[in-house]
Amino acid sequence: MQSLGPATRRDPAPSRLGYRFQRLMLTPGVRRAIRIGLPLMLLAIIVTTWFANPGNREMLQQRIETIISSIEERPEFMVNVMSVEAQDGDLTPELMQAIRVALPVNFPMSSFDMDLESYREQVEAIPAVDQAMLRIRPGGILEVAVAVRIPVAIWRQGEALLLIDSSGVVMGNLSERASRIDLPLIAGDGAHSVIAEALKIFEVAGPLAPRVRGLVRMGERRWDVVLDRGQRLMLPSRNPISSFERIVAMNQAQDLLDREVTVIDLRNENRPTIRLGENAAAEMRRINASVSGTGN
Amino acid sequence: MKQLYESQRAMRNMRKAAMQRGVVAILDVGTSKVACLVLKFDGPERFRDVDGVGSMAGQSSFRVIGAATTRSRGMRFGEVDAMKEAESAIRTALRNAQKMANVRVDHVIACLSGARPRSYGLEGVAELSGNVVTDTDIGRVLGSCEMPDIGSGREVLHAQPVNFALDHRSGMSDPRGQIGSRLSTDMHLLTVDGHVLQNLLHCIKRCDVELAGLASSAYVSGISSLVEDEQELGAACIDMGGGATSLSIFMKKHMIYADSVRMGGDHVTSDISMGLQVPLATAERIKTFYGGVVATGMDDREMIEIGGETGDWERDRRTISRAELIGIMRPRIEEILEEVRARLDAAGFEHLPGQSIVLTGGASQIPGLDGLASRILGQQVRLGRPLRVQGLPQAATGPAFAASVGLTLFAAHPQDEWWDFELPAERYPARSLRRAVRWFRDNW
Repeated sequence: MQSLGPATRRDPAPSRLGYRFQRLMLTPGVRRAIRIGLPLMLLAIIVTTWFANPGNREMLQQRIETIISSIEERPEFMVNVMSVEAQDGDLTPELMQAIRVALPVNFPMSSFDMDLESYREQVEAIPAVDQAMLRIRPGGILEVAVAVRIPVAIWRQGEALLLIDSSGVVMGNLSERASRIDLPLIAGDGAHSVIAEALKIFEVAGPLAPRVRGLVRMGERRWDVVLDRGQRLMLPSRNPISSFERIVAMNQAQDLLDREVTVIDLRNENRPTIRLGENAAAEMRRINASVSGTGN
Repeated sequence: MKQLYESQRAMRNMRKAAMQRGVVAILDVGTSKVACLVLKFDGPERFRDVDGVGSMAGQSSFRVIGAATTRSRGMRFGEVDAMKEAESAIRTALRNAQKMANVRVDHVIACLSGARPRSYGLEGVAELSGNVVTDTDIGRVLGSCEMPDIGSGREVLHAQPVNFALDHRSGMSDPRGQIGSRLSTDMHLLTVDGHVLQNLLHCIKRCDVELAGLASSAYVSGISSLVEDEQELGAACIDMGGGATSLSIFMKKHMIYADSVRMGGDHVTSDISMGLQVPLATAERIKTFYGGVVATGMDDREMIEIGGETGDWERDRRTISRAELIGIMRPRIEEILEEVRARLDAAGFEHLPGQSIVLTGGASQIPGLDGLASRILGQQVRLGRPLRVQGLPQAATGPAFAASVGLTLFAAHPQDEWWDFELPAERYPARSLRRAVRWFRDNW
């Protein structure tokens, strides 16, 4: 029979192993690892096992896509109409059509799918467009505001007639000169890059303007003004405008250009030179002979 | 000597590391109980930039966050008797204290009460190297103390400078910065039995903690239970423990003598056990409930059931009067106190300006002890309790915890000991330099 006396008292001392375990658990690093690291690891294991299944991954992706598209396709975000307007002036129907064709949109379309930056670049790639501003207006309208290039001159390149704007950008071809008789004509290599100077020359032509046929850029450094009746003014490369003004003034005073002069050479400012026509030259010689009697 | 210096310095560094970590445990391994307190150093004065003792003797720098007491096992006379048992008792105390504190403790400051402490007074003299006393001068004068023959197998536990004299001015506590030419010091050296110490250290090491300090329990109970003027004017603290009664004499706030009587409360218990033929546990219970040292007429009539478990009705129903119990206890306590008296006389206690004697320790709680003690030790006897430190549980405020509380003070603010000063290192390099110079001169 078991003894009925008090059972032997349990040793209150912890075992060496238990003591060490307790100390380990009191170590701050271990405590933190168990309190934070263990749940995190558990979570990570659960998540990775769930994602290890391809079906789950696909399902998640589909769910995300449906949610995204359901938000994107709300009527508040749909764009139905495009409006093309010019910022100043008006648009030709051809240009409007060109813009509509250039933009790869088929309405209705979500505004999230629209890449306005690339649309803008596409619109600005059209030669006749200087700048474009695109925005989506409330009400589902894609507004394209276009700053149109305005042709200021015609540039003859061999047989081709090109329209250029004030910054010298080629806008397009012209079939015949007669269709834009209002624009001045320039020619020569590199003429378009100094269009501003050319326009200034046309501006100061004044009373001579009806007679100016066009400007020719010579050697990419100076201008020749070509007048009707085969007359030609050779302007210097430096200060061509003041030289031309001088010619214009001289013409007003002395009707120089109404006489039979083929070329006025102003390249040396201090010594303008005139080349006379054949008859005029003969007449000149005759007058000189009669005046001096030498007969030259 | 050198080795002792190095090991004690290493211990001081360990204490510094423990302070840095902010948690240190103190361990009082006694014969009747093992007490462990976990201290946290996070008080407002932890990062004081001025030196010296802070307010409340530096106590406000720490608080007790864990306390555990367990019955001691495998200890006799304050010494380890059975290693395994003692180790498991220490482990239990440490475990419980850590559990309460909820921190892991890596550094322990321990005290021991037995191991036959012996005091030596040393004297050292050194000429100053300059005009002004510097730290190295103090290190030199401490190093110049002649080491007495402490006997083989004994180790130095404390080596505290208790007095400095500069030329003819004596009684300085801190001569640093003063001007003079000849510095002398009195040093108190306390040695203990090395093997006993090694056993205790081994037990502590087996608990995976590092030792950050070691103190004599006589010393630490003195600093916790003597009030300031007693420490200043001269007083003796008698810590009556379970297996050993340690006594320390303080003068000018320094311990100048310590000794231990290898008798204590456990011997009273075993006397009762033998005299009444009862088990030790019963004897302990009877002692704590009914014990006393002064019998009155009332005690003849107060009968105590002493009980038993033999099954014999006659034996299990024995009663004794309290006077009989006192008759058993009193001779043993008188013997202890007379032994203490003899040690005090040997130390020259009667020449001190103050003669107060403070009784503390678990066995000092016997009713009427102060009356008996004053008859044997002198008129100025009082019962002492350790001072309160922050966070100390109520259960650990009794006189039995005088050594534990003293250890907390020791941990927070240890007194300068010999190994806190740099040893003079100039001796060897100077000679070798001179030799090098001579070699140079001889060869060129």
